Amino acid sequence: MDPAVNPAVNPAVNPALLLLADSRLPAGGHAHSGGVEQAVTSGAVHDVPSLAGFLRGRLHTAGTVAAALTAAACACAAGPPPPEPAWGLLDAEVDARTAAPAQREASRTQGRLLLRVARRVWPSPVLEGLARAVPNPHHPIALGAAAHAAGATPEEAAMAAAYHAVGGAATAAVRLLGLDPVAVHGLLAGLAPDLAAVAGAARSGGDWESLPAHSSPALDLLAEQHARADVRLFIS
Amino acid sequence: MGANHEDHHHAPDGHGRALRLGVGGPVGSGKTALVAALCRTLGPSLSLGVVTNDIYTTEDAEFLRRAGVLDEERILAVETGCCPHTAIRDDIAANLDAVETLEDRFGPLDLVIVESGGDNLTATFSRGLADRQIFVLDVSGGDKVPRKGGPGVTTADLLVVNKTDLAPMVGADLGVMDRDAAAVRGARPVLFTSIRQDPTAATVAAWVSEQVAAWSHAHAAHAS
Repeated sequence: MDPAVNPAVNPAVNPALLLLADSRLPAGGHAHSGGVEQAVTSGAVHDVPSLAGFLRGRLHTAGTVAAALTAAACACAAGPPPPEPAWGLLDAEVDARTAAPAQREASRTQGRLLLRVARRVWPSPVLEGLARAVPNPHHPIALGAAAHAAGATPEEAAMAAAYHAVGGAATAAVRLLGLDPVAVHGLLAGLAPDLAAVAGAARSGGDWESLPAHSSPALDLLAEQHARADVRLFIS
Repeated sequence: MGANHEDHHHAPDGHGRALRLGVGGPVGSGKTALVAALCRTLGPSLSLGVVTNDIYTTEDAEFLRRAGVLDEERILAVETGCCPHTAIRDDIAANLDAVETLEDRFGPLDLVIVESGGDNLTATFSRGLADRQIFVLDVSGGDKVPRKGGPGVTTADLLVVNKTDLAPMVGADLGVMDRDAAAVRGARPVLFTSIRQDPTAATVAAWVSEQVAAWSHAHAAHAS
């Protein structure tokens, strides 16, 4: 895969991107709701329109941050310089942008499980190096490194991260509320321009310190409330 | 768990690790009672760990902890996002993570039992998660269930038909269940139990012991 290929000239989608973004990737994502379960419990999300607002907000806060960090991780994996000494620093950038302890925990759990899958599916010295440096990486770190190992570019990695930020949450809402799945997929299709914009903005790169750091206090609160709930169907 | 949690990525070939035993079956058939019985009977001689997959958070794990059959720390609960069958069959990552966490904390273990959340007759464990699997039915679900088959009934390494003490009360014919199970399972074994009457589940425990012995013989750690 030549990262220099211009997608405007060659619009072929990288098959690795499809695998990374597919909810069937067996990396544990199906059991995370991204705050939707608690939002349903609290009544904030109760139908398709309220889910639409939730997904849009999630994409433009947590999703935008995750996409930028994932693109940075993918670029870091490609080097130079050799990525291994840098993984801990980039992982700390994720910590600094993830206020709620419950969200940090969920991110590391998903990152660890994705790294496990990626090491078997796309064996690579980069992934082994990441596992040595940060065995429990945040999800954007694991996703960026896995995307590189799979032959994807930072922009493609960012697209997978942006989609991940809303895809799992949408599916969780279908399961929890019995929403019409076609209507919910219609919401995701309606977010396509936003997904493209978020992934496109993530490619600009720059210093890690200047990566986006949007906060989403409602998601932070939902995550903390969820972690303390007595009855819980989803991990997060 | 923090960033410095140790890397516990295991080779998939099974050498040098515990036998992983899946216990599946419909809601209420007695899976958790069977797991408790196995811990009670095998705990004194084997090093055990248990992973539960609850539909609602940690209900089964709490039951096992209260039963006092195993150190609390050796029981981990996995949430399954409304899809208990997905967590044991299609996306086993969270369960593998829990199993390997137990092996790292308490290993070497002889046996890790993974109890599925109650599900339907189509639920089976991935071979990537469970080396052997038990499917648990109970007679009060009706004596036609073995005939109806489904992957759990037909392919499990052991079929357990529990609550035989209830058979007269629900009009279930154990002979019919035995005959129908044999018809769909061929030579694979079927055991009839009443864990209420025998809290040690002696026959099932004996089968599991045989599996553990065979596994440890065949999968001893590589001498390296």
